[in-house]
Amino acid sequence: MPFRFSMFATVALAASLALAGCASQISKGEPAARRDKNQAERKPAPDFELKDINGKVIRLSDYRGQVVLLNFWATWCGPCKIEIPWFVEFQRTYKDRGFTVIGVSVDEDGWEAVRPFLAGRQVNYPVVVSTPEVEQKYGGVEALPMSFLIDREGRIASTHVGLVAKKTYEDEIRQLLD
Amino acid sequence: MKTKSASFWTSALAVWTLAAASAQAPQILAIQEPQKVAVPRQGEVRIALKASMQPGYHANSNTPSESYLIPLRLTWDAQAPLQVVEILYPKPKLEKFAFAGKPVSVLDGEFEIVTRFRRAPNAMPGPAFLQGKLRYQACNDKMCFPPKTLDVKVPLLIQ
Repeated sequence: MPFRFSMFATVALAASLALAGCASQISKGEPAARRDKNQAERKPAPDFELKDINGKVIRLSDYRGQVVLLNFWATWCGPCKIEIPWFVEFQRTYKDRGFTVIGVSVDEDGWEAVRPFLAGRQVNYPVVVSTPEVEQKYGGVEALPMSFLIDREGRIASTHVGLVAKKTYEDEIRQLLD
Repeated sequence: MKTKSASFWTSALAVWTLAAASAQAPQILAIQEPQKVAVPRQGEVRIALKASMQPGYHANSNTPSESYLIPLRLTWDAQAPLQVVEILYPKPKLEKFAFAGKPVSVLDGEFEIVTRFRRAPNAMPGPAFLQGKLRYQACNDKMCFPPKTLDVKVPLLIQ
């Protein structure tokens, strides 16, 4: 048990270190980014098990070997809605090259809020509903949208908080896929 | 000894992690501390809650224009020595954002929420407190912040 807690604390620390560089910008309400180009400096993305709309368990570790765009969002988050069509397009364009988006909703009402939201949209990537434990593993969700680009080895290559340009995401995805 | 040391460091890491996370959250909406309110034996009491938002941010109004948006909501303790007659929210602004097809009903800057109360039949004369909660969800044009609930405490003097 102490070992498991130690692992949790270490992984949570890694995630919060990934966000630490973003803290001052978030507190000013400005989009923030952190990129670790040096692969050796990248921190492991905390694993999780969450269910999708059909009850299927989605594990981040099942996507090892792929580039993952892990997007924390909520139905009440306006800027998140701007990004979703981009992510649908990324999923369509890059899926066959070993890429996926995973949407993680932080809606307090869970599927009650998310299900009708998704019904009106053609979202072609897995969407799961978060838990406070998962959010804590990723350093706490203080602002949305919050996205992590994860490399094929399961490490966090970049972190974005707030709405950023579509091109920024696409450039980073391509770099990780190449 | 080794276990104790590991336990200390893991606890310290956890505390540091939580502190780092909470340090990121900006204080977007502030409530001015309410003044003491004298409650007469008869008639109504109006209490104005003064709030201000940081420049560049907005909160959804109490009547958001889209069902998925979280409304501003003031609630008062039902056991209070005052009974709510009506809550009067400020007039919202309609603002256009890239994410919404129609203008969004929001509040920004400084605003007041006025509550009309009547004295509860069982209210005892003397000092008392009225407690409430203000729930809001704020955004700017680039990011949104999870819904937050602020505690409100109004000192009363029941006559």
